Amino acid sequence: VIRCSSALTPQLKSTLDKVITSNKVVLFMKGTKEFPQCGFSNTVVQILKSLNAPFETINILENELLRQGLKEYSNWPTFPQLYIDGEFFGGCDITIEAYQSGELQEVLEKAMCS
Amino acid sequence: MGVTKEQVESSLKAKLNPSHIEIIDTSGGCGASFAIEIVSEQFEGKRLLERHRMVNAALEEEMKEIHALSIKKAVTPEQWNQQQQQSNKSDAASA
Repeated sequence: VIRCSSALTPQLKSTLDKVITSNKVVLFMKGTKEFPQCGFSNTVVQILKSLNAPFETINILENELLRQGLKEYSNWPTFPQLYIDGEFFGGCDITIEAYQSGELQEVLEKAMCS
Repeated sequence: MGVTKEQVESSLKAKLNPSHIEIIDTSGGCGASFAIEIVSEQFEGKRLLERHRMVNAALEEEMKEIHALSIKKAVTPEQWNQQQQQSNKSDAASA
């Protein structure tokens, strides 16, 4: 596949590297944790709140370049996107399933103690 | 030009050779939006994140038009059979 243009510039990539490594839990979402603007994003916000996990949110609706670049960075086509301990954890469905199985709590606890 | 349920189904069938697949149109008129249950041997030995990535990759073209995609299940035939048996049991218990 030949890609003629990429939204993921080297600058954006290094910015994203910094954002996800300087916060234990980062959620790239539609809206903010105070005002989610999509049901899927809201679901993940509510899950993180219910687990009392401190987390940062970044509103991808405010920056189209960020939105496109992140899809490449994560190799994930949709939002929300949850990062834990510098690693992509998943989107909404994966987060729900991991929440139900208890795996999310384990991963979060591990991240908080590391 | 939207994406139809049939297009989503045929792409997934071609790329993941599922033994069972169910696609539910959840758009309610606001645009292409689907929920998917898929059973495939190709998920064997793969973590959930990897399985979802395989589904996303199989729908790379369609994703440009899809507004929302929910992968409810991405399981192996073995897991699927176990889940079916369990739900049959609980159906019998509640009957």
